Amino acid sequence: MELIQVLVAGIAQGCVYGLIALGFVLIYKATEQVNFAQGDIMMLGMFAAFTLIAIAGLPWWLGALAGIAITGVFGFCLDAFVLRRIIGQPQFAVIILTIAVGFVFRSAAGGVWGADPVSFDTPYGGLVVTLDENETGRTVIDAADLTIILGTLVLVGALYAFFRFTRIGVAMQASSQNQLAAYYMGIPVKYVISLIWGISAAVSCIAGILLAPKIATFDPDVGFLAITAFAAAVIGGFGSLPGAVLGGLIIGITEQLAQAYLPGEYARSIAPISGFVILLAVLLIRPDGLFAQIQRKKV
Amino acid sequence: MRFVFKTGYDQDIRFFKHTGYWQSYGFLFLTAVTAPLYLGNFEISELTQAISFAIAGLGLMLLVGFTGQVSLGHAAFFGIGAYAQAWLLASFDISFLVAMPIAAVFTGIIGFLLAIPLLRMTGIYLAIGTLALSIVLEQILKSWKSVTGGFDGMAVEPASLLGYQFNPDSWDFYYVALAILILVLALCANLLRSPTGRAMVAVRDSEVSARSMGVNIARTKITAFGISTAITGLGGALFAHKLQYLAPDGFNLIISITFLLMIVVGGLGSLQGAILGALVVILLPQAITIMKDYLPPSIGHQPGLEPGIFGLLLVAFILFEPMGIYGRWRKIKLFFDIFPVYRKATFRRQKAYLKTERMR
Repeated sequence: MELIQVLVAGIAQGCVYGLIALGFVLIYKATEQVNFAQGDIMMLGMFAAFTLIAIAGLPWWLGALAGIAITGVFGFCLDAFVLRRIIGQPQFAVIILTIAVGFVFRSAAGGVWGADPVSFDTPYGGLVVTLDENETGRTVIDAADLTIILGTLVLVGALYAFFRFTRIGVAMQASSQNQLAAYYMGIPVKYVISLIWGISAAVSCIAGILLAPKIATFDPDVGFLAITAFAAAVIGGFGSLPGAVLGGLIIGITEQLAQAYLPGEYARSIAPISGFVILLAVLLIRPDGLFAQIQRKKV
Repeated sequence: MRFVFKTGYDQDIRFFKHTGYWQSYGFLFLTAVTAPLYLGNFEISELTQAISFAIAGLGLMLLVGFTGQVSLGHAAFFGIGAYAQAWLLASFDISFLVAMPIAAVFTGIIGFLLAIPLLRMTGIYLAIGTLALSIVLEQILKSWKSVTGGFDGMAVEPASLLGYQFNPDSWDFYYVALAILILVLALCANLLRSPTGRAMVAVRDSEVSARSMGVNIARTKITAFGISTAITGLGGALFAHKLQYLAPDGFNLIISITFLLMIVVGGLGSLQGAILGALVVILLPQAITIMKDYLPPSIGHQPGLEPGIFGLLLVAFILFEPMGIYGRWRKIKLFFDIFPVYRKATFRRQKAYLKTERMR
């Protein structure tokens, strides 16, 4: 029973990593840009929801939806006004630019909302599902974990349908495969790319809002979570949407298992880095991740 | 306009191409040597710190700026160098000047061994791989209590030579640091005009054409990584004396990113850039502190102002001057060198929009 509890917590944690990783992969697939500011965008989304729910007093669902929409628009504008200007420059420039943008976001959030931890109420916060109860104690599953898993399933399904069946989704796939050809076919590539940034920001905001009740309180440094999510995206191969979620699950479950079953001393030092150890192991065997698309230049 | 006539075969690989270089770098050298005369102890101490960062930056510059391999994990090697120095001084009765090269070589060997599997990855995978590596190494520094002292940290024995004890915040240690910096600079400049250095630049510009010219790409990359980590470790060893007390938190991801930002601000692909970048990174916080007095308190006393301003500066650099401070300096110099006929297009970079174009 304890194993189930640990596994569910691990899957939930992994889903959060997976969702943030989805945000990375969406942008990478479409534009080959690597967005190191993803975690900070998630942080901004969480604070937007916090402002709407805890300060403005909106009901949870309305505040969450509005927060997601705001973050999406923010992501769109971020590409349209900042990132678009360096399209065509080496990947390295994008890495540096997004790291710098992340610094700015974190600093701005610290200025606006302060560095103290905050939280907002959720209708299911603190609820638990009891699996097993006996005299030694009871095995419970946090409702926050269940909503994360459920939310991830719904979101992944929605994204799949969006890319498979809608016109704009297919246009996005086209421009991710060959921007020039897509442009010749009449696809507004710039708009499409900005839209993908918007979707990616919205996805990471959803990840943040689902995560908020699990971690109870958050501060502007919550975005550092995205570094682990990054590892998840790379394990999956960086170009693969299902790979991102799978990578997240692998890392999330390993972290929780290491935390629960390693002896005390080792649990503290190994659990936080277990994801990176797995990442290194995967990269040593397959230098392009598990689900890589192999590309070669023809000379 | 200046005309440089070719009068010798090795003219192209001279450090100083014409008398103008002798004059300007000679002036710079004199300024650096006489700095303790007109600067206070605080400024000299900051400069010493900037020099140790500049050495680490030079190491990273060899890798990122000249070999084209991005590393997000150099703080770990900076840390290994620092801890190796502290451990050597604590365990053996040797001078700090002997311990420093040993620490550097030790770091270089670790970097070399790690590079063999690591450099099978390219581009973004390499960046993430090195990032993961640095997080794991940082955790090792935290957990390996018998050697590193764990969270409690580790004291560094003061640097002393023939009975004279150096004060890391004073002018005497500044000269030690300056001498090491000049040595490293000469080493890097010499490396870059050797076949190994030329091979590194070739790998950066195009792996396909480098391979067809007979460059062993894997070996070049691994050598570059080894040399780069060794130099970064040397910077770390120097920094250990500056810090006097090591804690594992001092070598985290933020420092890795700072190194990367440092060489970008300074100017990728130039040794001068690493030094300019280090000066900016170290002096900027002081400038911000001074600026705070003139800002309205609501902005000036806000937490996290420093990384924010740093971030804004970087965004501005990437958008408006991707070649960094040294790149701007070269543009200005060329403008006056060829005065009436300067063209903006001289420094324009080719853009690559397609995936296949990006694979070089």
